[in-house]
Amino acid sequence: MRRYADAFERYNFLTITLHWLIALLILGLIVLGFIMTRSSIDPALQFSLFQWHKSFGMLVLLLSLIRLAHSFFYVRAKPVGGMSVAEHLAARAMHHLLLLLAVIVPFAGWMIASVSTLEIPTFAFDLFVIPHLPVEKSDAAEAWWTTAHAVLAYFVLALVALHAGAALYHHYARRDAVLIRMLGIRRYR
Amino acid sequence: MIRGTAILVAIIICSPYSQSVQAATGIPSLTDAAGRYTITNASDIRFHVDQVGGGGIKGSFGSFSGNFNLKAGDLDHSMVNFELKPQSVSTGQTRVDAFLRSSAVFDSDNYEKITFRSNRIEQTGPDRAHVTGTLTAKGHSAPESFDVRLTSWNGRTIGFTVRGQILRSHYAMDVGTPIYSNLVQFDMVVEGQRN
Repeated sequence: MRRYADAFERYNFLTITLHWLIALLILGLIVLGFIMTRSSIDPALQFSLFQWHKSFGMLVLLLSLIRLAHSFFYVRAKPVGGMSVAEHLAARAMHHLLLLLAVIVPFAGWMIASVSTLEIPTFAFDLFVIPHLPVEKSDAAEAWWTTAHAVLAYFVLALVALHAGAALYHHYARRDAVLIRMLGIRRYR
Repeated sequence: MIRGTAILVAIIICSPYSQSVQAATGIPSLTDAAGRYTITNASDIRFHVDQVGGGGIKGSFGSFSGNFNLKAGDLDHSMVNFELKPQSVSTGQTRVDAFLRSSAVFDSDNYEKITFRSNRIEQTGPDRAHVTGTLTAKGHSAPESFDVRLTSWNGRTIGFTVRGQILRSHYAMDVGTPIYSNLVQFDMVVEGQRN
């Protein structure tokens, strides 16, 4: 692990871009996931929304893997001053959890498509087929992964609320650079 | 226009191959087979729709009825009427069946029947014909055609294989394309009992 003495004061362009892109996609996917699983929805629309959800979910999986790899191999941004050890640990834990869940939740979605006895192909953006994972198909496994995917997704939503709340707290109460440096704004007084 | 019977007779007389076919499947002369037939439950109304990456959906319809007449010496003016109930679709997957019956595909609550009525039958070989007609499904009608081959005949029942391809988009049923092909392929066995 790199020491913060070597670290940057701000995030690089890739980190900022991936952070906001993944955030936007995850929020969109949670809304889409909620709407498409309503029992009253038109069946043709439901089918279409599921396919969009799968395409964007695969995109999130790809971007989150890049982000996770990037977080391993690149120098971390230095924490802002004035944070207690507990605050720092809480922030670190939250960041690690979000980085991991951004990979795990779409992976769980891929598992649903893979274990489903419906065997509906994942045809990402109607461009290429993403093969199913080599797992046994059963209705029980599909039900299990569907629950896991949904529970973890809503858990992510709760974490994102806490994460965003903390960022707003830093910005408005602490008046430090936590939020604005993730916005890519360099000058801040 | 040359009449179907003339072709049939000419081919049977002239071609040693067709005689062997005739021996194998028992091709009747149209005069022998002429008459009215009712389509029996021994028929098998199967279809499949390919999906991207291989595989697809295979299904059949359990509830159908129909009749045809074979006119002696006038196959061109023979006639086929067929109807099936889309509610009876079966793919071996209850969720797929429910989706097919829903408003996304057949909308079987509002459109109880899918019908086919022939308007032209062309003989294309000693035991083959091309049947063209109008298919009506989900409130849409379009011309469709099927290739028919005679497979059995015992004087009372007559059997055919019937193959055809139908575009779902002609009937507002093209949900799920391009993951699932727009093309539905029918590979059916139709048996008629002489009235």
